[in-house]
Order: sequence, then structure tokens, then C-alpha cells
Amino acid sequence: MRAIMIAALLAVLAACASAPTQEQAPAGVEDRSPGQPGAQTQGIGGSQVTGVDLTGQKGGAAASRSALTDPSNILSKRSIYYDFDQYDIKDEYRPLIEAHAAYLRDHPDAKVLIQGNTDERGSREYNVALGQRRADGVKKLLLLLGAKEDQVEAVSLGEEKPKAQGTTEEAYAQNRRCDILYKGEY
Amino acid sequence: MQSLSVRWISRAAAVLVAFLLLAPLLARAQLSIEITGAGANRIPIAIVPFPGEAALPPGITSIVRADLERSGLFRGLEVPPLIPQPTEASNVDYAEWRSRLADALVLGSVATRPDGRYEVRFRLFDVVKQTPLGGVAYTLAKDQVRATAHRIADYIYEKLTGEKGVFSTRIAYVVKRGNRYELQIADADGADEETALASLEPIISPAWSPDGKRLAYVSFENKKPVVYVHSLLDGKRHVVANFKGSNSAPAWSPDGTKLAVSLSRDGGSQIYLINPDGSGVRRLTYTSAIDTEPFFSPDGKYIYFTSDRGGSPQIYRMPASGGDAQRITFDGSYNVSPRVSPDGKSLAYISRNSEGKFQVALLDLTTGQVQILTDSDRDESPSFAPNGRMILYATVINGRGVLSAVSSDGRVRQRLTVNAGDVREPAWGPFIQ
Repeated sequence: MRAIMIAALLAVLAACASAPTQEQAPAGVEDRSPGQPGAQTQGIGGSQVTGVDLTGQKGGAAASRSALTDPSNILSKRSIYYDFDQYDIKDEYRPLIEAHAAYLRDHPDAKVLIQGNTDERGSREYNVALGQRRADGVKKLLLLLGAKEDQVEAVSLGEEKPKAQGTTEEAYAQNRRCDILYKGEY
Repeated sequence: MQSLSVRWISRAAAVLVAFLLLAPLLARAQLSIEITGAGANRIPIAIVPFPGEAALPPGITSIVRADLERSGLFRGLEVPPLIPQPTEASNVDYAEWRSRLADALVLGSVATRPDGRYEVRFRLFDVVKQTPLGGVAYTLAKDQVRATAHRIADYIYEKLTGEKGVFSTRIAYVVKRGNRYELQIADADGADEETALASLEPIISPAWSPDGKRLAYVSFENKKPVVYVHSLLDGKRHVVANFKGSNSAPAWSPDGTKLAVSLSRDGGSQIYLINPDGSGVRRLTYTSAIDTEPFFSPDGKYIYFTSDRGGSPQIYRMPASGGDAQRITFDGSYNVSPRVSPDGKSLAYISRNSEGKFQVALLDLTTGQVQILTDSDRDESPSFAPNGRMILYATVINGRGVLSAVSSDGRVRQRLTVNAGDVREPAWGPFIQ
């Protein structure tokens, strides 16, 4: 049963992966910033990460940049966005999660923290649980795709750390989000 | 009645104007209280200034009167200067006080003791029945003026309404100013606030231990929600739950020996019991849904909680030892944050209506009848006063977080604001023992 599910999932992912990559990045995804604080610290250890890079990228144009922060690499995309009160992962984010799962599979020492977030409407505690549900969903998919349990922690920030301020639907949409942070970035 | 309500409005307006004028001058984060509604039949009470109280600024009787009026159940009468000024030892001319339209009368005095402390004595009289209702003498230091006044107000409130007063209780809440979060404790009237915890990361869900000596809360200082218990006397705190995933929504059992919390350590937010020292974790719910916001019934037999097991967040109830849950709310698609009244007879919670407004609702657990108590649209975190009379909650007015309180009959309303900050996450503390 489980094998069938995984096979079906991989089939879906393969279908998604054949789509042009820019399609999975709607407006708002690209101005992500959680990578930036981490990017500063990674600059110091840049040579280390570059070594890792070559394996993951199969000789791509990595140069001194980390695969995780290179804007042209899908691994630099770290955010998954949701509809109101929803926690199902939209198809457009599956290639992103697949790429991170592959990276974790190839780098057993790498660890990620998945932070689930919600917009500010409703109960703070219910939003902690809703953010957790979102983060757990991303974690579950990473594990299905080969990441190991001890590489992934899913936590929730609820509505407490909004990326966008304000009470517009646009701001809310930015805040209904999971971020994938690698160790050293949080 | 007409003139009374006009006077009430002008009085409320004066309070508001005074607040607006003073607000920029206040450097501290003291809560200001504005009364925005009152009960239908307020008891007219004459509180005669106590001779000698000028030695105890800001004065005992002004605080007693403000307390009683804030409850929405009393109307303080203006008392002209009387010569000689009566004290608790004076003979009461009931007919004269009746002619002043007082139903109740408070007389008292303040004396300096040889040891430098003060003695406050007062008596309460039922003017209609022409009978004394009792009195008390307190010995106090100069910094106990407010505490003493609150006790006098509690005494008067209980004698005249038959229920315990809450003027001596305290409230906890979180103030956000810029990037700074402060967990504060203040008197129920918003005065004498103290900061128990300041952090650059969010603090939510403060919950008073039944003895009023400790607060459980959730802090994000470790970049994820972690449950702490904080001792208010010495400011010491310890981690109660910091498992993998999120740790949140603490609620004390009525005997103070357990906390119910929501943990995601086994996947998904589920409800657990844990000892206040962090030992003895025991899982109570086993669902693939969200189960959070536990709250004990006052008899300790049940836990009310929020779950989306039926497809939308609704309130359920289960035995406090776990087991089959029963759905409690049915109207609407979003009912969260259950808080049982101290008498166990009703349930306050937040309900989202068809227009998307989040409002305080009150469910009569016997009849199943639901009453929406507020007309605001961003209400959160309801909290009963320990006598069950008022419900304190957070809401947003003009883009700013404020605390409001509404009586459980919906008639009396108060608003508590802090200058230059957002206030949220209120929790009304227990009776002082």
C-alpha cells in the first residue's frame, strides 16, 4: 500500500518536474528573504558548502555559491504558500520539496527546520496548530521522498512572526507559509 | 432615568477626553480603562470621603468608588462637603441619605498609628432598610492604599450583590511595543503593572495557576513554541515542555497538579497532560486532526478543547483522563478558544460569523443557547473573572490591540488600552487567598 502511494507520488512529481521551473514561483515567492540571514553566515563557510555543491549540482554553474542559496537553483526556493485555513500542499510546490528531499538524501548530515506560519485571523493557539499542520505536511513529504526523520524538525510560529504586515489579503497570503531553513540559518 | 443616562454619557466622555489628553504624557505602559456600557439597574451608593484620607494619596474612597462604578452595577453619588464630616462612628440619619437618593452609604475614617502605619475603618449601611451591613478596620503601610481600597470595594460589592468582588484580583497580558514583548501583571483596574518577562520573541497564552502564584505561558525565544512555568514571587521560571515540534496552549487543572498542553512531538497537535515540573507526560487524544486549546472544567472532570476532526474547528469535551469526545459547538464553521465559567454552567469562546467577524460567544451548557456578547470583529482569548461576572478578551480597535471586558449578560463593557503598544493575550487571575 505504502509502496503504491510512493510510486503514485513519484509519478506525480515526475509530471510536475517536467514543467518549466519558473512556473512554480508565483509573484511573492521570489522575494523570499529567510535565506538572507543564513546567506550571510554561509558566506563565511562558503568553501565548505561549495564542496557539497558539486555533488548536488552535477557540475552545474555553482562557482563559489552554495546550491542552497544560488538564486538559479531550486534549492534557494524555501517557501510554500497556502490558501486560507488550508494545509494541503499545492502541486506547484512539489518540485521544490522534491529538490530539498533529494538534497537531504544526498547529504545525510544536513538538517532542516520547517517553520509553519499562518495569517493573523482567528485564535493564536489554533493558528499555532494550523502552522504545525502545514509544517508537518512538508515534513511528511520530505520523509516520503527519502529524507530521514532526524534530519527534519517541523515547528510552528503560528501567526506570531508575520513576514508581511497589514490586514490586506495580499499580506495574509504572504503569511500563510512554510519556510525551509537549513541548520545555520535559524 | 433620562438625566442619569445623560450624566453617564457625559461622564464617560469626560473620562475619554481626559484619557486622550493624558495619553501622550504617560511614559509608562499603564492600562487605562474606559467604561462603554453599564448595567440597567445600578445601585446608587454614597461614599463619603474618609476624614484623614488626604494622608494616603490618591485617597481610599476615590478608588473604592471607581472600582464599584467600573463593575457597571453601582452609581457613585456626589456627596457635598458635610460639616461635621461623618465617620463610621457617627449616627446615621437614614432619612437624610434617603432624600439624597442613596440606597447604600459608606462612612469611614483614616487614623495615623504610633508606629507610622495607618488604620482605615469603614462601615456600610443599607439606607433603604435602615440597617448597618457591617464594617472592617485595616492596618496598612502607605504603599498599600490601593490594595486596601480594593478590599473595601470587594467587601461592599459582596454585601450588596451577594457575589464575591474581583477588585483585588490581578490580570496578566502581553504588551507588544516595536519588536519587544512584555508579559505584564496588573491590578484588575489596570494599575500597578509589573513586567514579569520581556523578550524579543513572541509570548502567548499566559495561564494562572489556581493559587495565583505562577503563570504558565508559551514563549518563542527558542524560535519555536515552548511552554514555561514562571513563579511570580521570585521571577524564576523553568521549561515544562520543549519536545520536538511545537509545545503550546497550557491550561492548569483546578487542583494545580497538572497542566494540559498541546504537543506535536508525536506528529500533529494533540492534547497531553504533564506535571508542572515537566515530568509525567501522558497523551490524551489520538486523532489525525488538530486538537488544541485544552481547558479544564472547574470540577476537574472534563477538558474542553478545539478540534477540526469534524472538518472545521469546533469545541469538544472529553473526560479529563481522555476518552470519547463529545462535540459542544454546532453553529458556524469556526468556534475556538473554549473557557468554562467558574460555576461550570456556561462556556465562553470565539466564534466567526458569516461575515467573517470573530466575536465572543457565550453558550449556556444547560440549555444550549448561544449569545454573541460583542459587536467587534477581531476578538480573541476570552477569560472569565473569577466571579464569572465579566469576560476579559483581546480585540483590535483602529488597528491597535486593546483589551476589552464584557459582562456575561452583555450589558456592561469596558475597554483597557496601553499607550504606544498593542495589548493582547489577557488572562484574569484567581481570587486572592
